[in-house]
Amino acid sequence: MSELQTSIEDRQINRSQMKVSDEIAIDITDMNKWYGTFHVLRDINLTVNRGERIVVCGPSGSGKSTLIRCINALEEHQKGKITVDGTTLSTDLKNIDKVRSEVGMVFQHFNLFPHLSILENCTLAPIWVRKVPKREAEETAMYFLEKVKIPEQALKYPGQLSGGQQQRVAIARSLCMRPRIMLFDEPTSALDPEMIKEVLDTMIQLAEDGMTMICVTHEMGFAQAVANRVIFMDQGQIIEQNEPKAFFNTPQNDRTKLFLSQILGH
Amino acid sequence: MSGPSSIAFVRRDIIAPAPPPPGQAGVLRWMRENLFSSLTNTLLTLLSVYLIWSVLASVMPWTLNGVWGASSLNECREIRDARGLETAACWAVINERWLQLLFGFYPTDDRLLASVFHAEPLAAAGGLEAVFGAGSNATARIEFVNAMKADLSNLTIFFFGYWRPLLAVVLLVVAVAPILYASLPRGLLWVSLAYPFVAVFLFWGGSVWGPATVALGLVAALYIGRLVSARLGLLAGALAVVAAFFMIFLNPLGVIGHTGLFPLFPHAKGVLDALMPLGLPAIPSDQFGGFMLAIIIGTSGIVLSLPIGILLALGRQSTMPFIRWVCVTFIEVIRGVPLIVWLFVASTLLKYFLPPGSSFDALLRVIILVTLFASAYIAEVVRGGLAALPKGQYEAADSLGLDYWKSMQLIVLPQALKVSIPGIVNTFIGLFKDTTLVVFVGLRDPLGLTNAIRATPEWNGIYWELYIFVALLFFTFCFFMSRYSMYLERKLQTDHR
Repeated sequence: MSELQTSIEDRQINRSQMKVSDEIAIDITDMNKWYGTFHVLRDINLTVNRGERIVVCGPSGSGKSTLIRCINALEEHQKGKITVDGTTLSTDLKNIDKVRSEVGMVFQHFNLFPHLSILENCTLAPIWVRKVPKREAEETAMYFLEKVKIPEQALKYPGQLSGGQQQRVAIARSLCMRPRIMLFDEPTSALDPEMIKEVLDTMIQLAEDGMTMICVTHEMGFAQAVANRVIFMDQGQIIEQNEPKAFFNTPQNDRTKLFLSQILGH
Repeated sequence: MSGPSSIAFVRRDIIAPAPPPPGQAGVLRWMRENLFSSLTNTLLTLLSVYLIWSVLASVMPWTLNGVWGASSLNECREIRDARGLETAACWAVINERWLQLLFGFYPTDDRLLASVFHAEPLAAAGGLEAVFGAGSNATARIEFVNAMKADLSNLTIFFFGYWRPLLAVVLLVVAVAPILYASLPRGLLWVSLAYPFVAVFLFWGGSVWGPATVALGLVAALYIGRLVSARLGLLAGALAVVAAFFMIFLNPLGVIGHTGLFPLFPHAKGVLDALMPLGLPAIPSDQFGGFMLAIIIGTSGIVLSLPIGILLALGRQSTMPFIRWVCVTFIEVIRGVPLIVWLFVASTLLKYFLPPGSSFDALLRVIILVTLFASAYIAEVVRGGLAALPKGQYEAADSLGLDYWKSMQLIVLPQALKVSIPGIVNTFIGLFKDTTLVVFVGLRDPLGLTNAIRATPEWNGIYWELYIFVALLFFTFCFFMSRYSMYLERKLQTDHR
C-alpha cells in the first residue's frame, strides 16, 4: 500500500474546510437500471451529504461508472429515485438540464472540445447556459485555470496539451460552471504514471476547498488521504462501504477482501 | 556518469554549417530522386515526357494558331487555308457569341445602351420614347437595336447591356465573402442576408416593392415571434412566427372560402406601389439562360441544400421515430431516383397535381428540385461526419448542461461539418455541374446554347471550341470551390498541430 501512496504522500493535506454538513446533496433510493434485459444496477441506496468525498471502487463491469453517470442523467434509470440538490430526476428534459448545470463531471478520456481553445472550452457553458457575459466568463476561466496551474496554456488547443494537462483543463472547465457537486469517472486511468500526480493534486485541492465529490477511481492512496467514505461495488450492487481506514484494514465481505488483495497485493 | 577513459569524448570546437555537396540539393537532387531513381523509373519518365509532348504537339498548334476574327465557320476555314495551316481552332465563334453563352437570351438594357452609346442615331430616330415607348413600332425597334448592337463592342454590351445580372453576380461575391472568410467584418453578414432579395429584384425585375415587402414580411414575422417569445416563452414565440407568416404570405381563411383580407403582403405592396412606383422592366424566367442560369441554380441549390441537408442528417439520428422515419424516407426516395427523372417529374407531372390555372415558374421548379436532390446527398455526408464524432463529445456537452440545439450548434456540428468538408464540397461541385441537365426540361443552359449557336448557318458544324469554352467556365468555378475547401480544412485544423 505504501507504494500506491507515494504519489501523494509528500503533500500536507489541509482538512480545515473538509467538513461534512447535515444537508443532503444526493439521495438515491432503490435505484435499478437495465441495459436491455441486463440488470446493471440493483437496488442502489446511497445518500451523500454536502461536503462528503466518496470514492467508488470495484472490478470492471461492476456498474460504478454507470452509477455516477445516472446521477447527472447521462444514463437513465428505470426504477427508483434520484434526487440531486433537491431536484428529482425524471424524464423531463428541464430537470435534467438543471441537474447537469449543477453537477460537474470529469471523464476518463477528458472529452475536451478539440475545435475550441482551452479558454473557449472553459467559457462555453457559462456563456451559453448560465448567460454570463463573455468578459466575466473569461475572468472566471482564468481564475480556475490558474487554480489547476495551467493559465499559460489558455490560448492553445487541447491537441497541443499533455494528457495530465488536458485532464486538469477538464476539471477547470467543470468548475467554471460553479457546480455544487463534482463527479469523477476514472479521471486518472488514461494517464501516464507521472501525470497521475498532477491530476490527483488538483483533486485534493478541490477536496480541501470543501467540494462534494464522488470519484470512481483505483487510486487507493487518494481514497485513504481524502475520502471520508469508500464504496465497493460488484455485480451492480454496493457490497461494502466504510470509512477508509476501516475499509482497507478490516474489510468484511470476502469479495472486498479478494479485490483489495489483488489491487494492493503486489 | 564517468565511464572508461577510452570512450570519453569532449567537443572543443563547433563545426560551422556548410552547404551540401553538389548534386545533393535543389533541382538536381529532386530530379534524381523523383525522375531517375531507377532504370524502370527512368524509362517511365522518358515515356511520360514523350506522351506529354505528343499530346501537346497535336493540341497546341490548333489552340494557339486559332482564328479570332471571323464571322462564320467558312470564313475561319478560308483564313486557315490562306495562312497555310493544317489545323486551327475557330475561336471567332467564342469571340462573337460569348455574351450569348454567358447570358442566353436574357434581354439587354437597350434604353441605356441607346441613350449612352448610340445617342445620335437615337435622336435621328426620334428619341427614346419614339423607339422604345409604349406605342412604338416593334419592327423598327428590332432593326434599331440590331443596328446598334452591330455598332457596339461586345464588352460595352457586357458591362452596360447586362448590368443587372452583372451587378447581381458582383454583389453575390460581396455577399458570399463574409460567409467564406471569417477575417472580414461581421457587419457584412447583413449584406449576405439582404442579398437574396436584391438578387431576385435585379434578375427578375418588376416592382422593387415585391422583394422588399417579402423581406419586410419575414422580418416582421420574426420580430413578432421574438416579442411573443420574450413574454410567453419559446413555444408561443414559434407559434406566433408561423401565424404571422401565414397571415402575411398565405390565406389562412382560405379553408372557409374567404379571400381578400389575407394574405397581407399584396396589400402592402399595392400601397407602396401606388405611393412610390419604382422598379425595373420585368424579365420572365423563360428568358434566362447561359452560364448565368448555372450560377443562379447552382448558388441557390448550394445555399439552400446545406441547411436542409444538416436538418435531415440530424433528423435521421433523432430519437423520435416519426421524425427519423420521415427523414430516412425522404433521403432514400430522393437519392434513389436520377436527377433527370425528378426534373421531368417537375416539368410534367407536377402540373397534374397543382390546381388548374396555377402556373409554377419553370426555373423555380428546377431550383427546388436541385436543392432537394443535393440536400439528400448532403444529409448523408453530414451523417458520416456525425458518426465520426466520439460519443464523449456528446456526453461532455450534455454534462455541461447544454441543451440539444446548443450542443449541436456549438459542439457537434462544428466538428462534424469540419470532417465532412471534402464530401460537402464534392456534392456541391456535382450539383453545380448537374445544372447542365436542365437543358432537357427546356431551360437554355450553356450546353443548350451551343446547340442554338450551331443551328445558325454561320456556325453550323462547330463543336470543340464551344465545348472547350463551356468546360473552362465550369472548371473555373469548380476549381475555386475545391481550392476553397482545402483552405478551409487547413484553417480549421486545430488538433495535432
